[in-house]
Parts: sequence; C-alpha cells; structure tokens
Amino acid sequence: MTKLTTREKVEKSMAKRRASETRFRAYGVASVLFGLLCLVVLFGDILSKGTSAFSQTVIEQTLTIDGDYLNISASSTEDELKFANFEGLIKRHLKATYQPKGRSERRALYGMISAGAAWQIQAAVLDDRSLIGKEITLPLLADDAVDQWFKHDRERGFNDLMSERQLQWLNGWIDNGQMYTRFNKLFFVNGDSREPELAGIRGAITGTFLTLLVTFLLSFPVGVAAAIYLEEFAPRNRFTELVEININNLAAVPSITFGLLGLAIFINMFGVARSTPLVGGLVLTLMTLPTIIISGRAAIKAVPPSIREAAFGLGASKMQVVFHHVLPLALPGMLTGAILGMAQALGETAPLLMIGMIAFVVDVPGFINDPSTVLPVQIFLWSDSPERAFMERTSGAIMVLLGFLIVMNTAAVWLRRRLERRW
Amino acid sequence: MSIIENHQTDGAPFSDNAKLRARNVQVFYGEKQAIHDVSLDIGANEVIALIGPSGCGKSTFLRCLNRMNDTIDICNIQGEILLDGENIYDPKVDVVPLRARVGMVFQKPNPFPKSIYDNVAYGPRIHGLASSRVELDEIVEKSLQRAGLWNEVKDRLHSPGTGLSGGQQQRLCIARTIAVDPEVILMDEPCSALDPIATAKIEELIDELRENYTIAIVTHSMQQAARVSQRTAYFHMGQLIEVNPTDQVFTTPQHSLTEAYITGRFG
Repeated sequence: MTKLTTREKVEKSMAKRRASETRFRAYGVASVLFGLLCLVVLFGDILSKGTSAFSQTVIEQTLTIDGDYLNISASSTEDELKFANFEGLIKRHLKATYQPKGRSERRALYGMISAGAAWQIQAAVLDDRSLIGKEITLPLLADDAVDQWFKHDRERGFNDLMSERQLQWLNGWIDNGQMYTRFNKLFFVNGDSREPELAGIRGAITGTFLTLLVTFLLSFPVGVAAAIYLEEFAPRNRFTELVEININNLAAVPSITFGLLGLAIFINMFGVARSTPLVGGLVLTLMTLPTIIISGRAAIKAVPPSIREAAFGLGASKMQVVFHHVLPLALPGMLTGAILGMAQALGETAPLLMIGMIAFVVDVPGFINDPSTVLPVQIFLWSDSPERAFMERTSGAIMVLLGFLIVMNTAAVWLRRRLERRW
Repeated sequence: MSIIENHQTDGAPFSDNAKLRARNVQVFYGEKQAIHDVSLDIGANEVIALIGPSGCGKSTFLRCLNRMNDTIDICNIQGEILLDGENIYDPKVDVVPLRARVGMVFQKPNPFPKSIYDNVAYGPRIHGLASSRVELDEIVEKSLQRAGLWNEVKDRLHSPGTGLSGGQQQRLCIARTIAVDPEVILMDEPCSALDPIATAKIEELIDELRENYTIAIVTHSMQQAARVSQRTAYFHMGQLIEVNPTDQVFTTPQHSLTEAYITGRFG
C-alpha cells in the first residue's frame, strides 16, 4: 500500500465534508419548509373560515314608519323616539306582508329578522325625523341562522334547519333580489353581543389597546431603568446575582400564575376594579417586564466597550456615558425587545381570565377603568358559544389579532433598521 | 528569563521637573499581581515611551495614570500617583475632572458614532468649556488643526466620524482628546492599527504636541519609541526594569533584559 500525501488525504476527505454540508443544508431547508407548511395550513384554515365573518346577510323591506302606531311625531323628544316600539312595527309589517298562519309560523317569520333591525329603523328615524309617516326601504339585518343558511348552506342544498314555509319566504326574497350580503360593518363598530349578527370586536380592540397602553407605559420605563441599573450601575455581588436569576425565572413563570397574583394583590389587596384595562395592564406588565429587562440588558451589552472607554477617557461621568452613548446605541435593541414583549402581551389570555376580563361586556370601554375585554379573550369567549355564526366570527377575530401581530412585528423590524442606520 | 524579585529600577526613573510622579505602584487583578512596585516620574513637556514584551504591564500602568482601571471591578491599585503633587488615588479626588486633565488615546480608533464635529465638541460640551456656539466652533477648528486633520475634514464636519479612514479616525480621536485641553495625554499603542503613512503622521503630531503637553506613549515599535520619545521605560513582567534617555536605552542599555528585548531576542 502506498502512503498518501497530505494533499491526497485532503482530497479524499473532501467528498465526505461536502456530503455532510449538503445534508445539513437539506435539514435546514426541510425544517423551514415544515414551518412554512404549518403556517400555510393555519392561515388557510383561519382564512377559509373567517372571511365570511366580514359579510352579513340583509333582507330589504319596505315599510311605513307609522307615527300613530309608534306614538311619535316629528316633534318627539329623543327619549320618546328611543322608547318607541320599532320591534312591534317590524312584526306588524311582516305579519301584514307575508301573512303567516298560526303562532308557530308567525314566530318562524319574526325570527328570520334580527333583533338589530329595530335599532336600524330607530337610527334612521333619529337621523331624519321627517321619515315619520313615510314609507322607507331598508336592508334589515337577517338573523344569524338565516345569515348562515344564505352564506353557506344554500349552495350545498342543506335546508334541514329551515321549515318549508321559511324556505318559501327565503326563496321569494332571493328571487326578488331583496336578500343579499354586504360588508359587515357592525363587526368592527359594535361591542360584544349575544346575537352573533350584532356582535363586534370594537370593544375588544379598544380594551386591547387600553390594556397594552397601560402595559407599555409601565413596563418600558421600568424595564429600561432596571436594565440600565443592573448592567451599568449595580455592583456585582450575591444580591444582584439573585435578582438576575429571579428575573430569568420570572420570564418562565406560567402566565396564569400572574393572573392569580393580580387577582390576589391588585384586586383583593389594593381594590383595583376587576375586569378593567388597568388591572389587565398591571398583570401584563409583570409578564412583560422580564422580557424587556432581558432584551434591554442584551442590547446594552452589545454596545462596544471602546465607545464607553472613549467617553470615560474624555472625563464623562457614568451618567453621561450611559445617557449620551450607551443608551442611544442600545435603544433600537431595547425597543425591539419591548415590541416583541408587547406582541406577546397582545396574545395573552390566561392571566386575564383570572382577573375578570372574561366577563361579557357589551359597551366599548372609554377609559382604563371601564369594564372591558381583550381580543384573545373575546376569541376564547366566542369559540365557546353555541351559535354557528360565532364560529366564523371567532376566525374573523383571529384574523384581526394576527393582523395586529404582523403589524407590530413589522414595526419592530422597521424600527430597528431605521434607528440602526444612524451609523 | 527568570522572574527577578524586588528589582530596583536601573537608570534614572526620577525627574526634577515632574508632571506625574508614580510611587510604589502595585496593581492586582484579583489574586494576580500585574504591576510590582513601580516608581516613575513623567517630566513636563516630555514624551516618555513605555516599552516591553506583551503582558509586561505597560498598558496597565498607563491606565493607572488617569484611573481608567477603575472601570474594572477586580482591579486593585496600591501606592501613590501624584499629579502636580496631588495624589490622584486620594478618596477625595473625583475621576471626572482628573480625566479632563489626563486625556487618553486608545489602541483602536474609537470615534463616537456621531459627526466629526460632535466627536470633537463632545468633551468641551460636557465640561462646559465653551460659552457660545462660536467659541465651540473655534475649539473644534483649533483641535482639528492641531491634530493635522482640519484640511481633510473642514468641508464635511457634519458627516459621520466613523466614515473616516483608520489614520484619520485616530487623529480625530487625538483632536477629541486635545479639545478638552488636558495637561497630560496618555497614548496606548496609538498606531498599532494603522499603516506606515498614517503612523508617520501621528508620530509627527506627537512631536508637535510635546510643546504643550506631557505625553506617555505605550508602543510595541522600538523605532517609534526611538523616534518620538525623550525617555524610555522598559517594563518586564510587571516590573520597571530600566528608565533612561531614549538614545541611551537604544545604544547602551543598562540592564541585560533591556538589551535582550531591544536587540530582538524576545518580545
């Protein structure tokens, strides 16, 4: 056997090295593809179920605003208009137009129009009192069962949930062009409701916004200050080591624990009103703080020591070094960490359940001490509701939540690039 | 080479016209002793070169002179360093004004990520040396001129300092240091990251600066020490072996270790 030269040995080993590199790349591509596949399946499922939440079936009806029946006139006060029996007016109109026979047919007919229809007419009258006594044509909201039938079941020929008589009416409306879908504005402007066709996410979005505002205003300054102190000023001793370990621990504590803590401390001890963005923000602050502190410290550590030395060498004090040099360079990283922490807080559900944000809240909160809920909790609430129409609304709300997440994460990337370009 | 115990410095470590006097300085990093009992005077308006093999403690000693070692937690310094007769390690002394009097230029050019103007203006700003914008402009211009950089950057004072070449950056750092108008300038291998042309410019500059400042320079280049300094101190394993006028060190070194180092037998 001839002895191989070094060069021959290297050549011989190359094939093996190249193969292992190719293999490793294949693993990488495979895992990226797997991740993308999961994402596509998730998004595809949500989109396919959720897009129909953005359209709503309406049934056009022409009816007279009978001032005598409603006991109102053009000179009525706002209160009188608000308490007028518009629901009865609709029923009277439906009964006269479609002539249901017997109590059950009557109920079936009335049930096809949403309870929200009365509000629609009332809003129209409040808007323009001259309508009283006149005939108006309005696209009235269909009940959620009719909405689901029109949007989904009709095409599949699935009519089991409708009676013979109801189908007659429905097909009549379709043939006359009275029944159609339009953009579901109510989904964005309404608060929660027991009626799916009236339920919207505005209350949850406002609640989320207020909660995150409280969270950001509390956790960012506190987190940045803690990061700066621990990284720049704190002496290295047992105590700071203990603090450091506990901050890392805090980041890994199950979020429901924070909810229990919030319940025990903020609500029971300090008497903060439950189910409000204030207490939600306080709890989420506890959760977000470690994320902000840890990322803030990493950002501070990444500032080159040469910059610090240069400033110290010129006679800058510790404060000046930190605030003139370290902080401006570390801020992009800190902001990115904060936004990622906020994105995490945006999707948090469990701790908020413990502090009462799972309550059914119809009104849109106006301030941080109004009862409210947040988007993920709203999703949780709707996913639990028996009405079929809530399923598509659940997916619709998830789409909105994902949209917010994408916006926030994009903002984090953009902000970092933008601030880092200051050389 | 074996460790020499309690070596008495050969030559002339003391000076009649001393700006800085170091007496029995010992530096410890935790348990490890980096500087053993060094006593050395740095005369006013002279350039003293600190030479020696890697790890001999010359940089550590230099950083003691403006208390830059304070930023290292485990670093412990004993002995006295007197600046104009005042011990800078006295507990009453504040490092901030001290570092304004004893400036420092580092091995790697480290301009702030700010404009050329702001780099130079930073020191005067924090110390409140200029009462008006005009005065600050003057300080910046004068400092850049003395650092020999003015003609190259006067048209782009507000472009980033990090956009300059390595040699220009180092001269910017020198301009930044002299803008505070210190009495002593410490230079820690200021040319080790630069090419020969940039190095020549900096050496020329050091020679000019000597008129107004006291300069201590750590260098690995013996030619550089020979070119710019009046006195040379040779460090070896944390001890100050020999201090003598530069010509004498490079022609007739007193100690065998110094001779071994400058003739290139180790280092």
